[in-house]
Amino acid sequence: MLLEAAKLEVAYGGIRAVKGIDIAVDSGELVALIGANGAGKTTTLKALAGMLPWTAGHGSFDGKPLREMPLHQRVRQGLVLVPEGRGVFARLSIAENLDMGAYARRDGDIAADMERMYALFPRLKDRRTQLAGTLSGGEQQMLAMARALMARPRLLMLDEPSMGLAPMVVELIFKTIRDVSAQGVTILLVEQNARLALTISQRAYVMESGLVTLSGKASDLLDNPKVRAAYLGE
Amino acid sequence: MDTLLQQIINGLIQGSLYAIVALGYTMVYGILELINFAHGDVVMVGALVTYTVFSFAAAHGMSAGPALVLAVAASIVVCVPLGLFIERVAYRPLRRAQRLAPLITAIGVSILVEYAAALIWSKQYLSLPELVKPTPIQIGGASTSDLQIAILLISLLMMGGLLWLIKYTRMGKAMRATAQSHDLAGLMGVNVDQVIAFTFALGSALGAIAGVMQILYYGIGHYLMGFMLGLKAFTAAVLGGIGNVQGAMLGGLLLGLIESLASGYIGDLTGGVLGSNYRDVFAFLVLVLVLVLRPSGLMGQKSGDRA
Ligand SMILES: Nc1ncnc2c1ncn2[C@@H]1O[C@H](COP(=O)(O)OP(=O)(O)OP(=O)(O)O)[C@@H](O)[C@H]1O
Ligand SMILES: [Mg+2]
Repeated sequence: MLLEAAKLEVAYGGIRAVKGIDIAVDSGELVALIGANGAGKTTTLKALAGMLPWTAGHGSFDGKPLREMPLHQRVRQGLVLVPEGRGVFARLSIAENLDMGAYARRDGDIAADMERMYALFPRLKDRRTQLAGTLSGGEQQMLAMARALMARPRLLMLDEPSMGLAPMVVELIFKTIRDVSAQGVTILLVEQNARLALTISQRAYVMESGLVTLSGKASDLLDNPKVRAAYLGE
Repeated sequence: MDTLLQQIINGLIQGSLYAIVALGYTMVYGILELINFAHGDVVMVGALVTYTVFSFAAAHGMSAGPALVLAVAASIVVCVPLGLFIERVAYRPLRRAQRLAPLITAIGVSILVEYAAALIWSKQYLSLPELVKPTPIQIGGASTSDLQIAILLISLLMMGGLLWLIKYTRMGKAMRATAQSHDLAGLMGVNVDQVIAFTFALGSALGAIAGVMQILYYGIGHYLMGFMLGLKAFTAAVLGGIGNVQGAMLGGLLLGLIESLASGYIGDLTGGVLGSNYRDVFAFLVLVLVLVLRPSGLMGQKSGDRA
């Protein structure tokens, strides 16, 4: 397993938001994590990325112990998060945002990667010198995604990339996710749109109030009556 | 008019020193939203270390050149660890605390540094041994010296260097990213603790050199000299827009000019009722006016722009 977490617990103050979950993602997989509002999906991703301390549990990334690994170290290992609500550097230009994405890298041709991102998202190219704060929501999501790819992630975690976006943009973002996955990048995807998430992923976890209540092959979950009733609106 | 030119020259020289000190306030504020009140005292330590070096140099018959190099080196070697120590001990443990706590700590640290300096250097006014003998220069009826021109040029050079560092180096990019969001910068692989420490070190190094130049300019040092200098530099930072590096530079130069021109003409304007000894008043008049009329400063963003 590339990423593994066992009995992961995360609390805000005294209140546990994640109550001991097991999550594992294998190299090359595209895994979805779905659940209702407040189930603890964002909290889980933040804990995996190193933005929140674990109150219990242990884990590893590529065989290295994860729990005590500082945030910036995880990025250098290739564990990269695109946070909920995008989070672009509003007062940096688009080019500078992309450049920051490659901050942890010591290797390779960053300029060539940037060109690749511009090819992927031509709209970013047209606005490369513009401040990221002036972009539309959809453009910011493209930028956040492109910036994460600039890090050459081994495992890319995405927190609700479709939130608040027009259908056309959602389509573009999900096409990109599929392409990136096809190129061999491992992906852990948190998504409100459960149908979309289950359609493109191989496996999935379902979270409910801080616990994983279901997991398995995405195609099985799509057929699961409980999932259909609770998350697919049937 | 030669008084006008004279006041402009004086204003630019003192203003460039304000600017260098203001940079220390504004860089730390940009990254931590904290006013490091002890920064003025770090500058004072730089000045008094220079006093010690010059006293030693004078006693040992050293000439001005080596004494200056030694003074700059020594004040940096003392001030940078001092700045790092203040960050590590006083501010880092409070990073997630409410905003009032670090503010009170900042004032406490400032007082601590001042009285530590009083123990080392006494509470006397210390006049700098006259190793450096400035050569007077006349510019169109106004007089200045090679020392003063050097202070101005070195300050401008440091400002240019800092702008370059922030814009083009890896650490500069990390600083700008951290100033917008610690979490996001961390997600890019930036070691945020390291960036904050670097910011303090950089501010303290600039402050150390400002301290050397300040005591060379006035020839007198005192353990409380950092208080007024710090307040004025802070005013300059607010005038330019606290958190904004170019703003601090502009604010420093402007404040120096305002102070110098106002104190140069106040006698004429008030018919001799108020004299140039009121110069300190202007800095604070500026502070009050900025806070009332344009709290974000000349070049500052609205607070909503902070990520
Ligand atoms: N900073 C915080 N402080 C206190 N409680 C929090 C904080 N962030 C989240 N919570 C709580 O933790 C629980 C899990 O929140 P989380 O954001 O992880 O849910 P989520 O599954 O991502 O939901 P959504 O689909 O709405 O994004 C919720 O009950 C939430 O109220
Ligand atoms: Mg969420």
